[in-house]
Amino acid sequence: MLLAQQPPTLDPVAPWLFYLFAGVAVLGALGVVLSQQIVRMAVFLLFTLGSVAMLYFFLAAEFLAAIQLIVYVGGTLILIIFGVMLTSKNPFIRLTVPLGQRIAGWAIGGLLALLMIFLGVVELAGGFAPTSPGGRVEHYGVAELGQNLLGKYALPFELAGVLLLVVMIGAAYIAKGRHADLAKGEETP
Amino acid sequence: MIGLGHFLTLSAILFGCGVATILTKRNAIGILMGVELILNAANVNLVAFNRFSWAGEAVAQGGVPAVDGLMFAMFIIVLAAAEAAIALAIFLNFYNHFSTIDIERARMLSG
Repeated sequence: MLLAQQPPTLDPVAPWLFYLFAGVAVLGALGVVLSQQIVRMAVFLLFTLGSVAMLYFFLAAEFLAAIQLIVYVGGTLILIIFGVMLTSKNPFIRLTVPLGQRIAGWAIGGLLALLMIFLGVVELAGGFAPTSPGGRVEHYGVAELGQNLLGKYALPFELAGVLLLVVMIGAAYIAKGRHADLAKGEETP
Repeated sequence: MIGLGHFLTLSAILFGCGVATILTKRNAIGILMGVELILNAANVNLVAFNRFSWAGEAVAQGGVPAVDGLMFAMFIIVLAAAEAAIALAIFLNFYNHFSTIDIERARMLSG
């Protein structure tokens, strides 16, 4: 309302660049859905996550783009690939669901996406304008994020730290599994 | 011209692909990838709304821009990494017991 005089667009962004990265992201996501081999799914997911990181640059969130590349592409995806290697004798094994279930799943996903596109584009998108006045690119600095982390969001920050500690201990304990017990049992005759 | 609707559309497509992935895979790690897609779609939404939301007036008057959407996105990334680690640990344990990660075999709790 207060920003009604500004056009609701990001002026400095080249449109074809957005369409390039958005297209790669969408094709990667479709590849994740349609591919049946888990390793190919991981590679498609890599393309999607990398393209989303590039799109964060368009939204002036460079730090978040770097975080996305480091944590998702460099961390979570490597973790998933290690999981694939540790949990299958044949990484190209096919685990397929019946065709009816597959079509139902695609239909549900597609309908949800269409509903959200309708709601987002028709109902929501017109009421928002870029935060930078006059279309000037505004970069959210790391300093503001840090001040928020230690000020307004100090409690969630600390809780996230505790959560990561619990996750580290819990993951090590759960993944230890039966083999450690077996080894212990073999040691004591 | 790239507006908020473009990013919302991209996010909706990613979300739909994530839901379809969860519903159509029998491999547990594939389902985990679907969850990652959904969390990424949520992140795109948060960052886009942070960019396009109401903070422009404060900036025009010399204030600092609000970064609440970015903070939420950062916490979601942390939670996604933690969730992936725990889920993969559970899958490893499951594989140690059943020598597969086919979720159709995970029927021990179904009575």
